[in-house]
Amino acid sequence: MSTSMYDTILETTPRGERIKLCIQCGMCSGICPHGFVMEYPPRLLIAALRADDVAPVFESETLWLCMSCFACSQVCPAQIPLTSGLLARLKAEMLLRGKVPAELQSALENTRRYGNPLGESPRKRAAWAMGLTTPVPIMAQLKETVDVLWFVGDYASYHPRVQSVSKAMARIFQALGVRFGILGPEENSDGDVQCLAGERGLFELLAQKNGRTLSKYRFKEIVTTDPHTYNVFKNEYPTVGFSFPVKHYTQFLAERLTQLKPLLRHEQKYRVTYHDPCTLGRANHNDVYEEPRQLLQAIPGLEFVEMPHNRANTICCGGGGGGNWLDGFTWERAHTRTSEWRVKEALGSGAQILAVACPYDMPRFEDAVKSTGQEKELIVKDIAELLTDAIFD
Amino acid sequence: MDIVVPIKFVPDLVEELEIDASGAALDRTFLRLIPNEQDDHALEQALLLKERHGGTVTVLTLDTGDVDETLFTAVAKGADRVIKITGDFAGLNNHAIASLLHPVLQNLSFDLILTGTQAVDDLDGSLGTLLAARLDLPYVGYITGVMPADGNVVVRKEYPGGLIAEMAIRLPAVLGIQAAEKPPRYVVTSLVMQAMKTARIEEIEAGQADSRGAAGVARMFRPEAAAHAEMIEGHPDQVADALVALLKERGLLS
Repeated sequence: MSTSMYDTILETTPRGERIKLCIQCGMCSGICPHGFVMEYPPRLLIAALRADDVAPVFESETLWLCMSCFACSQVCPAQIPLTSGLLARLKAEMLLRGKVPAELQSALENTRRYGNPLGESPRKRAAWAMGLTTPVPIMAQLKETVDVLWFVGDYASYHPRVQSVSKAMARIFQALGVRFGILGPEENSDGDVQCLAGERGLFELLAQKNGRTLSKYRFKEIVTTDPHTYNVFKNEYPTVGFSFPVKHYTQFLAERLTQLKPLLRHEQKYRVTYHDPCTLGRANHNDVYEEPRQLLQAIPGLEFVEMPHNRANTICCGGGGGGNWLDGFTWERAHTRTSEWRVKEALGSGAQILAVACPYDMPRFEDAVKSTGQEKELIVKDIAELLTDAIFD
Repeated sequence: MDIVVPIKFVPDLVEELEIDASGAALDRTFLRLIPNEQDDHALEQALLLKERHGGTVTVLTLDTGDVDETLFTAVAKGADRVIKITGDFAGLNNHAIASLLHPVLQNLSFDLILTGTQAVDDLDGSLGTLLAARLDLPYVGYITGVMPADGNVVVRKEYPGGLIAEMAIRLPAVLGIQAAEKPPRYVVTSLVMQAMKTARIEEIEAGQADSRGAAGVARMFRPEAAAHAEMIEGHPDQVADALVALLKERGLLS
């Protein structure tokens, strides 16, 4: 007798046996930001598997509407691993069947060829650091132990807008006298979004490359501006044999608040709200909620306001789990963007600045500000940029 | 139907291209080579034909360095045989490549050879036409569809101006593929890794390359601007006035 897809999924998904605990309560489908447009939100996926009727799931393109925002995983009373478990596992089945939207396919192919989903030259991975008055050291040229191995990540290396966040981060490290280095051309994509998009093999390839490279160097800890890097190093790299201590930069800086605070000399008289990146907060219970707020509240003159959806209840920017390469696909089906909902909520809070702490947030919210015609009302800035404004301007 | 797909590796335009000291060729020191994009379409078309009508797909390439992953990826996608021709091949033109592929193709049995209709480094004609000439086979390029019919094939050929022709071709034949009927498929990394463990790349030593007949390159250079755009500067109102005056002068506004 052939094994049913249900049995296969139970066996081949990490902690997959928990799927048996589903009582079809529907919390997952209710909280899913795309639940209204998905033909098979998580509850129905499990129902279809149990009924041994998964062919229509693979026929529909429902799985590619999942942005890996972890909202379903957060609310599931049975703590079933939905986002990084069931959904990623079923996306893998879609990939095996060759059912992948073209934008995402090219991002995956680019990652395999160039080590980054943007299809940029791997040699130019550190080009963003050109022109900084104090150079950013590259580990291969630095023959000493550093405190911080700064894993820069794809968007922070290549996306023109996010590069300025990387420059701000470099200036903060330098202002604090932190001994740090980057991998530069030796760095490959961290593999987080590829993994969540079901390309486990590609993730393993990337993790092995990065893991081997990192093992050559001596450092105390990895620090990153990218919550996806943080998440994948913390939760997935150990599964392929690489365990490194890793911190998001907001954690690293919050630990040094007494040293940082006296440097924040210039008042920033703005009303600022903060968007919690899914991957930094509710994903895998990473629960980094307070450190970003502590940093913002340490900036003199800054008035901090909360949005109704905050911390574990954040609204996804839509960029995770491959979502950045599914924008056209999603728009055609949903005719709305979660990033636009978020920007409206930020304006509703009375904020002048929407502070972010994830490289995907920056382009997604800046685009949403433009597509909703509110460029004059709201500015998107990374916390690192707000800190450098307070230190240097 | 048995199909051979020769894959050519071409300079990757993601990297900046440099011209070497001779001034007539690319500097190959930092050149990255990738499979020609249209050859990927030729492979996809071959796989579609195999899936629909049976037969085999053989992929053939010159070992210009780092070609194994491409060959194993072809296996993971469904190719039956992968062959690399070994030797020293830096900077060969298409005439020379055709002369190296020719004896290998003569020893393979096939109904069709599918190539990409063109490549970024075609300085001396397309590879498909040169192969067809050497093998004395019919050639049709700019193909966007292939259907078997009565032991032969009917192909769709694209013409400029939005015209499409259907024509019947006797087999064996060489076809230049403009685009496969479907976009080239994605194959997951785990299947490529599996192919690396289980598939075997056949190796054939290259014969003597013959580049006779190819035009020589006298000088290679970046495009030189012949005329420059006129930039209208100043206050937006002045710019608008100047623009309107210009458009009137050219008869585009009355």
